[in-house]
Amino acid sequence: MDFLFVIQQTLSATIGVNTIIFALAAIGLNMHFGYTGLLNFGQAGFLAIGAYSVAVPVISFGLPLWVAFLIGIFNSVIFALILGIPTLRLRADYLAIVTIAAAEIVRQIARSATFNSTLGGSDGITGKFGEEFFALNPFKSGLNTPILRFNGNDLWVVITGWTLVAFIVFFMWIMVNSPWGRLMRAIREDEDAVRSLGKNVYLYKMQSLIIGGVIGACGGFVYALSRQSVQPDNYGTALTFFAYTVLILGGAARVFSPVVGAMIFWFLIVFIEQVLRQGVTNDLIPDWLIGVNQVSQIRFMLMGIGLMLLMIFRPQGIFGDKKELALDAKA
Amino acid sequence: MQRHSGENMDFVAVTAETPGSAKPDPILIADHITRTFGGLTAVNVAHLEIQRGLITALIGPNGAGKTTFFNLLTGYDSPNSGTWSFNGLALNGVPPHKVARLGMVRTFQLTKALYRLTVLENMALGARGQKGESVFASLFPWLWRAQEEEIQKKAISILTNFKLIDKKDDFAAALSGGQRKLLEMARALMVEPEMVMLDEPMAGVNPALKQSLLEHIKELRNEGKTVLFVEHDMDMVHEISDWVVVLSQGEVIAEGTPASVMKNEHVIEAYLGAHHNVNLSAEGDK
Repeated sequence: MDFLFVIQQTLSATIGVNTIIFALAAIGLNMHFGYTGLLNFGQAGFLAIGAYSVAVPVISFGLPLWVAFLIGIFNSVIFALILGIPTLRLRADYLAIVTIAAAEIVRQIARSATFNSTLGGSDGITGKFGEEFFALNPFKSGLNTPILRFNGNDLWVVITGWTLVAFIVFFMWIMVNSPWGRLMRAIREDEDAVRSLGKNVYLYKMQSLIIGGVIGACGGFVYALSRQSVQPDNYGTALTFFAYTVLILGGAARVFSPVVGAMIFWFLIVFIEQVLRQGVTNDLIPDWLIGVNQVSQIRFMLMGIGLMLLMIFRPQGIFGDKKELALDAKA
Repeated sequence: MQRHSGENMDFVAVTAETPGSAKPDPILIADHITRTFGGLTAVNVAHLEIQRGLITALIGPNGAGKTTFFNLLTGYDSPNSGTWSFNGLALNGVPPHKVARLGMVRTFQLTKALYRLTVLENMALGARGQKGESVFASLFPWLWRAQEEEIQKKAISILTNFKLIDKKDDFAAALSGGQRKLLEMARALMVEPEMVMLDEPMAGVNPALKQSLLEHIKELRNEGKTVLFVEHDMDMVHEISDWVVVLSQGEVIAEGTPASVMKNEHVIEAYLGAHHNVNLSAEGDK
């Protein structure tokens, strides 16, 4: 068994591109769900909008990449407004229903034959839309050490991606510790009480939806750029629920929890997969038990068991406070 | 009646004890307010004036429409018809947060303490015009830090007055039911209201805390604020209110001083039924 290879693969994934994408998706959800109590089940829609907004303007309209980023932010704000205007005045569950549907609408539109020429249909978009970004990479040779390995492009995505995460986490930390953040948490606890104190709850919920959505769209930017391709079916409901998993793993309403949650999530997935794969190929695990082709399914089963154990023994997540969790918001 | 100030005695002298009577200086005027739920008319108030600077109690049997009327006045529900004004400003269609900003702040029958915020955070939230509540200013703490310190100071002084200061760093969920009522009232004061609307402030409060709540309500009047409260507890109504409005089946059936209202035939009827003094025992028939 090649332990060093397992370690290298696992550590690289722990701080890798996917971790950054899931961390950003979950930071956005933390704003929505953790701090404001908005049940957004359509975070994948924000990532999809971010991803397509980076690819389409460059490939189909020949615009520079930085313009595409601005378009992506603009589009995610518009998407948040479309979701929020009809639903944020209503009870919390309406937002959940509308967002889960809206994210699917985005995905179905993206993969529809009607927009095949610009959005690429179910095959999505593959092309060199990230060239301008990778041209800036000073580390083209990549990184190859016994414990960490990235190719040139991935290394550049990892460096810029973590820088972006650090900025967002820093600003988020300032914001949630301000009176604005206090107001957000108050809305999570009881909107009507906040209204009775003269605060425009609707406006603040909209701000939360927009900020979390834009952060989610940043996750979409990283998703698209790192692969130089956008596949519509990567932005299904599973992505949203993995983002929730990441958030709850870390503990909702803590600034660092999405980051740590994403690291643990990918650490576990890749570690379990690598160990199983090594075990199977070296005949340490008999063929009748697990075959080579079953590894990627079984890692999710084991992951699921792990998450269940976590929820049983540490329901508040890594950073959460069990006492705080025990205080029912409507007790 | 010696607890009434001279001014209140004047008020009582010039105000008729009839439903919908005119007040010398009304802060709140409601006209023809109706609210129906399906076939049920929950509120049907033809005319009501609330005098500035007094404690007015809104009483009535269960299901009389007291809380619904409260919700209508504060913008949490919209009436089917009617107009009402606060300080001369029409409040039709004004959303609850704007009603609060105008100076009419309410509490809730089922206390709405913000459970996973600390007591001090609950209080600070109430302060008006906070710069740090703007999404952009929140990023620049030096813009709001001085104001925040002022708010905390004020919150601490009110908490001290309400004897909740020892609890300031506890989650609001850790308070007892009565303490939550106190917190809710204290938080309402952070908004600096002109008129405080208390929806059953005594529900579920133990007798010791009840006394302290009563004192705080009187204190509000002494500071010149107007208080309108919904209550079931007749002893309390009798003890602190200057004026009583009785609601039954959505309509104002009586108004007056506590003593006179309690002797009012219509009120006794509404509470106990029209035939309460008829002997219903089987023996009477024989």
